[in-house]
Amino acid sequence: MAAQYTKGIAGIWDNEAGILKAARKTREMGFTKFDAISAYPIHGMEEACGIQRSWIPYVTFIAGCVGLMGGLALTYWTSAVNWAVNIGGKPFFSLPAFVPIMFELTVLFAALSSVGALFYACKMPRIDPPVIDPDLSCHKFAIFVPFNDTGYDEAKLERMFKELGAIEVKKTEY
Amino acid sequence: MIKRSPLVLGNKTLKDVSDDICAPVERFPSKGWMGLFLGAKTLLLFYIVILACVVGIGIGLLGVTHPVFWGTMIVTFVFWIGIGHAGTLISAVLFLFRQKWRTSVARTAEAMTVFAVMTAGLFPLLHTGRPWLDYWLFPYPNQRGPLWVNFRSPLLWDVFAVSTYATVSMVFWYIGLVPDFATIKDRAKNKLRRSVYGALSLGWRGTARNWSHYEMLYLLLAGLSTPLVLSVHTIVSFDFAVSNLPGWHTTIFPPYFVAGAIFSGFAMVVTLMTLVRIGFPEFKNYVTLDHMEVMNKIIMTTGMLVGYAYASEFFIAWYSGNPYERFAFVNRAFGPYAWSYWIMVSCNVLSPQVFWFKKLRRSIPVMFIVSIFVNIGMWFERFVITVTSLHRDFLPANWGMYQWSWFDTGVLVGSFGMFLTLFLLYLRLFPAISIAEVKPVLHVGYDTEGGHH
Repeated sequence: MAAQYTKGIAGIWDNEAGILKAARKTREMGFTKFDAISAYPIHGMEEACGIQRSWIPYVTFIAGCVGLMGGLALTYWTSAVNWAVNIGGKPFFSLPAFVPIMFELTVLFAALSSVGALFYACKMPRIDPPVIDPDLSCHKFAIFVPFNDTGYDEAKLERMFKELGAIEVKKTEY
Repeated sequence: MIKRSPLVLGNKTLKDVSDDICAPVERFPSKGWMGLFLGAKTLLLFYIVILACVVGIGIGLLGVTHPVFWGTMIVTFVFWIGIGHAGTLISAVLFLFRQKWRTSVARTAEAMTVFAVMTAGLFPLLHTGRPWLDYWLFPYPNQRGPLWVNFRSPLLWDVFAVSTYATVSMVFWYIGLVPDFATIKDRAKNKLRRSVYGALSLGWRGTARNWSHYEMLYLLLAGLSTPLVLSVHTIVSFDFAVSNLPGWHTTIFPPYFVAGAIFSGFAMVVTLMTLVRIGFPEFKNYVTLDHMEVMNKIIMTTGMLVGYAYASEFFIAWYSGNPYERFAFVNRAFGPYAWSYWIMVSCNVLSPQVFWFKKLRRSIPVMFIVSIFVNIGMWFERFVITVTSLHRDFLPANWGMYQWSWFDTGVLVGSFGMFLTLFLLYLRLFPAISIAEVKPVLHVGYDTEGGHH
């Protein structure tokens, strides 16, 4: 399991403004694989880190369509093809009555697939991942640059983090 | 310029927020909690015994008899499902409307949704009379033809609606909890707590990339839950409205049921929140009187919406010129079940009117009492709809009464044991306010110096 984590260097800040500035600066330095860690989503962090818009909505849309068509196929095939039963003289293929089923399956498929997509995107579930600092899920913020990023230079990064007001710099695994 | 009042009182720092919200999870439970839990647990055991009798001997133990074959099970099912709706409304609809005040109540309201739907879900399953055959409700390949379920029946739409609703609201709730579980794991002082919450947090790390996907997913789930929650009570109302029975067969049912569901759900949120504020005083800074006041306004609004629906039903019954329709409504208000009708009207339409006054809107004892009245009134609303429409059929030969037995009482009261046991366990084991959602709104209503307006 250890192979999936990379070594690198992390700077730790204790305020939101500090980490935003640091993220912007790290990105300007040309790093692309770095990550900013925080206990809550920070407004403006995506721009600062240059993160693209999430692709999860495409999964939602496709899964929703699959659910819709699946609902239609299920109701049509069972009611009109496989074992057609005359119920109150209604048509075998009574589309308006099938709309609720199609709707519910659309929502069910879209929601569960989106959650699956999040798990894939965030590589979850993960067993006991390394923690840079336990306070990162509480009131501290960190920037982690992995060793394999372009232009990685530990001494230079440490100096830069310190200049940007980091309260601590750690060589770590993440 | 109108200034906002702060969403979180007491000039909290980020660390204070984690400390305050995690406190109930990390300390030994109070005597008050233990007392309530033992009470709820006893009630749950009683409920299990009652249900065992109802399943083992048969649902004839309840008051269902000719011509009233839908009774306590259906009434209480609709009641609990309705309660659940406010949670999704707060967590999803208010999220889409960017109502920041929702953050501190959303988690608990959603927990209420999940537990209310679990409580509700049992009733239709038991109402079938042979719950061991309930898998017949789902379309699966079988050797009886294959004989498929009837997709033209509203009862089957309900199977799909309620099971989708239960699944999606549970997932939505859990996704919201994941970052907070990670917080508890990182704070944990002992190994067991660390492993349990570590497993629950699924290895969440909170990197900017993760948060970006996470926020997108949260928005999508909110967007999906919004039409879903409206569809669920619409479909529940179809169970009645699609039939040809006077008193049930009305087009106003879907919006009327949805408004009633939001009404009863918010009342339950207020009931539970007043209790949570007493039990966990540190939460008073997060669930402030402003929050309670906003919810009371919603209760009053939706209360008047259901009041309008009651009046409109009568008008349409008169205007339709249909003697059976007219009889059903006159019988509802002045027949043998008039008492239940007037309990419903006074609890649902009259009692929330006290919220016109700001002082009463912001008074904890007043809102607690009103919310209890609304809960009672909304149970009676479903009782009125179900039982009074059935008990006097088209021919006087088919007139009768619902034979309320003490098993009906047991089922109704016991269901609260199930709900409260789950809810109390949740308060003790899960962070009852969303830590990751409260932190970004900490500064709302404060100026740059940290003082508030």
